[in-house]
Amino acid sequence: MRDRINDFALKLANVNGTGSASANGLLMQAIFRMGIPVSGKNLFPSNIQGLPTWYEIRVNKNGYTARSLDYDLMVAMNSQTYARDIKEVREGGYLLYDSSWPLDPALLRDDVHFLGVPYAQLCNDNFRDPRERILMKNIAYAGSLVAALQVDMEIVTALLDEKFAGKKKLSESNTRALRLGYDYARDHFDLPLPFHLEKMGANHDKILIDGNTAIALGCVYAGATVAAWYPITPSTSAMDAFKVFCEKYRKDPETGQNNYIIIQAEDELAAIGMVIGAAWNGARAFTSTAGPGISLMNELLGLAYYAEVPAVIIDVERVGPSTGMPTRTQQGDLLECAYASHGDTKHILLFPSNPAECFEFAPVAFDLAERFQTPVFLMSDLDIGMNDWVVPRLQWNDAYQPDRGRVLSLEEIENLPKFRRYTGEDENQITPRTLPGVHPKASYFTRGSGHNKFGGYTEVPDEYQEVMDRLLKKHKAAAKFVPAPIVQRRPEATFGVLTLGGCDPAVREALDLLAELGAVGDFMRVRGFPFDDAVESFLAEHEICFVIEQNRDAQLRSLLTLETNVPKDKLRSILIYGGFPLSARHVVDGILQEFGLERKPVFAAANRPAGEVPMEE
Amino acid sequence: MPSIVKPVATHPSFQRNDLGLTIRDYEGTMSTLCAGCGHDSITAAITRAFWEVATPPHMVAKLSGIGCSSKTPAYFVNGAHGLNSAHGRMPPIATGANAANRELVYIGISGDGDSLSIGLGHMCHAIRRNVRMVYVIENNGVYGLTKGQFSASADVGSKSKRGDPNRMAPIDSVMLGLSIGATFIARSFSGDKEQLVPILKAAISHRGFALIDVISPCVTFNDHDGSTKSYLYTRQHELKATETDFVPPASEILAQIGQNGAVNVTMHDGSMVRFKGVPPNYDPTDRGKVMEYLEEHQGKGEVVTGLLYLDESVPDLHEMNKTTDIALTKVPYQKLCPGAAALDRLQEDFR
Repeated sequence: MRDRINDFALKLANVNGTGSASANGLLMQAIFRMGIPVSGKNLFPSNIQGLPTWYEIRVNKNGYTARSLDYDLMVAMNSQTYARDIKEVREGGYLLYDSSWPLDPALLRDDVHFLGVPYAQLCNDNFRDPRERILMKNIAYAGSLVAALQVDMEIVTALLDEKFAGKKKLSESNTRALRLGYDYARDHFDLPLPFHLEKMGANHDKILIDGNTAIALGCVYAGATVAAWYPITPSTSAMDAFKVFCEKYRKDPETGQNNYIIIQAEDELAAIGMVIGAAWNGARAFTSTAGPGISLMNELLGLAYYAEVPAVIIDVERVGPSTGMPTRTQQGDLLECAYASHGDTKHILLFPSNPAECFEFAPVAFDLAERFQTPVFLMSDLDIGMNDWVVPRLQWNDAYQPDRGRVLSLEEIENLPKFRRYTGEDENQITPRTLPGVHPKASYFTRGSGHNKFGGYTEVPDEYQEVMDRLLKKHKAAAKFVPAPIVQRRPEATFGVLTLGGCDPAVREALDLLAELGAVGDFMRVRGFPFDDAVESFLAEHEICFVIEQNRDAQLRSLLTLETNVPKDKLRSILIYGGFPLSARHVVDGILQEFGLERKPVFAAANRPAGEVPMEE
Repeated sequence: MPSIVKPVATHPSFQRNDLGLTIRDYEGTMSTLCAGCGHDSITAAITRAFWEVATPPHMVAKLSGIGCSSKTPAYFVNGAHGLNSAHGRMPPIATGANAANRELVYIGISGDGDSLSIGLGHMCHAIRRNVRMVYVIENNGVYGLTKGQFSASADVGSKSKRGDPNRMAPIDSVMLGLSIGATFIARSFSGDKEQLVPILKAAISHRGFALIDVISPCVTFNDHDGSTKSYLYTRQHELKATETDFVPPASEILAQIGQNGAVNVTMHDGSMVRFKGVPPNYDPTDRGKVMEYLEEHQGKGEVVTGLLYLDESVPDLHEMNKTTDIALTKVPYQKLCPGAAALDRLQEDFR
């Protein structure tokens, strides 16, 4: 068999809290530095220590780095999950396990190569400290993988040196453990494995970053000064990163004072309240949260919408109603965010697909919030937010100036006969606002109660409707300003595919595979709501459109049927919402099934997707 | 209820403050509350306090939640921006507003439903953050806009208009404030402007969260026999613990300090609060003693009023967060954005 270079997937099964994350991250980073397209997906439990956790690495020379379900190699380091992990290896694949203890013969498979390395034994022989013995097992299996997959040892050593710079003892232990695993594997197995790595040059203009870090950086660059939040998985690391960047970039070098403030609120009701208060005063303010937080924010989002106060809400989506599965990914907050709050409300949503777009869209979110004087949701998810992605280097244009929207200056106020808050609309139905502390003539009473266009209290039907009608038109006008959809057309296409956010790589890969099978489709990824005309015409162009998203209720499809002219029966849904990132196989299978076609044998080999294997109690 | 604009005609005999403004310049629209409502008296006291302190009207920011009390910011300081938000949510909104612009004078108006029920948590956390603001609870023990339900400040045994007694213990904002580190705590009575105006002036100068609980009888739903928040009950049971003078920073009357066992506290801006007529063993700067005094007298059914506790030493929200001296909204964007070159350097860490 010819060797397969830079095209395989491996999965690492670990116990949460044992230090595996750093070993797995090290491998992924080393592959990235070898210039090879790679992705790493952390499938972790809502737990600090003890429950099973997995990490998947996919390497693909052609740049297909969506989650793969075809595992060529399983690193089985968790005896609790041996049974399911062994089942998941593809036919002819490999399984690396800790042979310090015998493997239950009932678990063996004839079609899988079992590679046993006595990691626990090796570490017990070489390390004294009990904690160290556990931790070093991870670096030891990383060492075996370096040998098995031909990871560049120089790069791995350099990474360890960077990581443990100044910590001599740790550095020595890690290097020793790495060597233990490496040497044992080299001495006992026929290596490298038939699928392995070779250096490429694909990553010279790329970086490795997670979406929460990128979004936080985007908020710094956008000029956000007030951040209010309540800790919640999976968005917490966004605010953590914002703090780190602010400490780096926002401390006045002369006074040592902070040009920012971060307030950990008592709950999400308060967090959004703080954002609204700050934005009412003219600051760029934001909160980061997840679905449960949005549920709590609903009340005041209505105030911001109706009283026309800017707000930026970062929603890093997780799974489910109620607590759901906090450490798993989903796109389940679309409808909740699009129409958040009671009464008639509609909001602006942005859908970044990866960390690069998280960074790019953050200033867009603030610009739109201030331009349209309304809440704007930046909709990320756990997969985008917490996994490291290989993306193009972030770009910044120093000519950027924040769009503060229609805010009257002191001079403009002085020249005004009288200020009337909700009058003087422009072509986008936006009326000028004033900020507190500028001029007594500009004062007005911002209220969430019924108001007329002058800002005065009203219970008069016509006056109420007049304001609400303008708000509707204002929301529609925002369609031209949200990031345009990404479209990829193919000649001979017979159907369209619409998707959003982090589904992007899996859907694109699937369309390439389908085209090879003769099922040719056009691609559109929407990047904002309200939908612009391009979405309407894409829908009109195709007889059948598949809408691919990660939630049960087809929320993007619902939004399309509600907010465009598309006939409902034209839209077919492919829905994956178990909590793990989308794979091309999900999409290919879904579309082929709709067309009554068989799937390509390559997909038949592996077992059920990981997310569908029931957990043993 | 449309807001009714008052005519702004002033009489030449009206006194002018340091800014040359008359008290009419600190008024708002006409109140739409019931005739005789205690809240209107508080509005008058607030109007007077801002006029006397001579805060430029546009430098005041008025915030409120929902309820009868929360309507009142429309009735004072017309030249100030106001934000009438959602029920109980005023404290976080004020916190955010203050975070963004520390240069304004914040006054939040709430009621006992707003502050002691739906927004209790928010108020507590605003106290803990020591957000610099005047925080008024217009406390009438009853929900007015929804017609007469007990609020969390209703005393045990207090009777509703229909005659039902309240059986649950009240939440006392003063004792609560003391227990969670409030730095300025006062209780007053809407019928006593003499007492309330100097307290409000001191609150405006206080560097931190100034909690003022004002018993404010609801003439429609809670002014009957058997109520413990009625005009009659409050007048009969009020015990004035302290009398307060507020001495602005510029006034050189320091010579009077120390007379008759008065306690003086210098405020952060150089002004001074003089506590007069303080009972023996009562020190308004000693939390333990204040608590002891209140326990003793409130246990006897007395309504203890005055500026009860003051601590000027605690850092406020901005000091705790080391924010820049100017309003964050005034920091130019160039200072906020690290720029393209810094981004390039930073990204070396993402390799």
